[in-house]
Amino acid sequence: MSLMYEMNNKAFDHGVPLSVHMDVTYRCNERCVHCYLDHDDHGEMTTAEIKGIIDQLAEAGTFFLTFSGGEVFLRRDFLELVAHARKLLFNVKVKTNAVMIREREAQELRRLGVEQIQISVYSHRAEVHDAITKLPGSWARTTRAIRFLKDQGLKVTIANVLMNDNFDDYKGAQALAEELGVSYTLDPTVSPKMDGDHSILSLRVPGTALPTVFHDPSLVGDVAEYCAPPSAPGEDVLNGYPCSAGHTSCYITPYADVFPCVQFPLPSGNLRQQKFLDIWRNSTQLEDVRSIRARDLPTCSGCGHVGTCSRCPGLAFMEGDMRGPSTVDCEKSFYRTGVPSANMRRRGLEVPAPHPMQQLVQIAPALVQGL
Amino acid sequence: MRDVYIARSSAIASRVLAGETMVMHVTDSTFFTLNEVATAIWHAADGVTPLAEIVTRNVCPNFEITPQEAFADAEEFVRELATHGILQVSDHPMLAQAVLNQSSGAGAP
Repeated sequence: MSLMYEMNNKAFDHGVPLSVHMDVTYRCNERCVHCYLDHDDHGEMTTAEIKGIIDQLAEAGTFFLTFSGGEVFLRRDFLELVAHARKLLFNVKVKTNAVMIREREAQELRRLGVEQIQISVYSHRAEVHDAITKLPGSWARTTRAIRFLKDQGLKVTIANVLMNDNFDDYKGAQALAEELGVSYTLDPTVSPKMDGDHSILSLRVPGTALPTVFHDPSLVGDVAEYCAPPSAPGEDVLNGYPCSAGHTSCYITPYADVFPCVQFPLPSGNLRQQKFLDIWRNSTQLEDVRSIRARDLPTCSGCGHVGTCSRCPGLAFMEGDMRGPSTVDCEKSFYRTGVPSANMRRRGLEVPAPHPMQQLVQIAPALVQGL
Repeated sequence: MRDVYIARSSAIASRVLAGETMVMHVTDSTFFTLNEVATAIWHAADGVTPLAEIVTRNVCPNFEITPQEAFADAEEFVRELATHGILQVSDHPMLAQAVLNQSSGAGAP
């Protein structure tokens, strides 16, 4: 058991919000086709408000603080916010499109002690990336920024969202990451817009294409282990919790709303009206999320995949019921193992023929974030 | 025992969780947890108080440990964290700015 795993368990036992994801703005200089956000500013937090919340998070025991957006560098005070967080000894990660990062910003991020920077890159080809971001020249600016950051010795990860438009390029993007000397993650998840609009889901790659990714050892490691059929769940699995959302992590919007997770838009309180710890400890919504055990899930508790499925309660919530199945995760489990989920059987969803390699397969989620 | 001065590197992230202190070096992501005794030393590592005084003042009165054992453990603890750049060690008092400059250019402002 790793030290980090132990500390996560300890945070879980003590109800400590070890990780917080904070979007400091929804404004963005790109208009990515798959983005779920409304980029207009509806009254985002001031510098003083965010600093005050960072102070409260330190008091609450938060260790990992991820700044994201929108594009974080559209806030003129962004580096001031990072400096404040670092002064309070947070482990700071930054998610950005990097378009506005030049040498000076890279030097500042290094000087401030940012631990990791995740940058969205959708292809090794500029024309494919720029068509997704809808910002001409963005690929050139982003990849140049990655070089600036690497020159500073910073840890950079390229995050690629797998969609129909860039499916054929995921290996090329992986090779680009290797050439740049950075890590690479691939995520086939496209989420509905926060206003409930599901139209962008048409960008998702069809499930039938997923086995190609799930059987790629450069992404998942030991394919046979990753794609093995699920074993019967034990009591420990059925008594377990679905994920860290609301238990050791949460999400804060630019408008000071607290959600269980960035992908779980259940308003649980607002930091303009309440203190963070008051929301964290007493929100009825978070209490509801925390009460969910695998055995309580009406459909999934009877599914063979319950112990290994990447079921996201936030995606299930957006589908209508946080205790219900997340159909996109059902499909992932099926295309990973070749074994249909209980939800697919119940709903009579189409169960395509297994991929010829499926009997060889099994996934290692730690290697491919979000799969 | 010669005087040894210790100071926390500024290139770290740190938080106390249920009595233990988590420490991560932000450059190489090396991760440590410190028990209560080590935590007491860590928090007293201001660069100007000799390690011997920290042990005498912050460790021995609060934990059931002999001074001899405490000094030996403290020296080993300091040696290990210093190897990873998490603690700065000097045979003379360190000013805050000096500690900052020794931290590979990365650190809390």
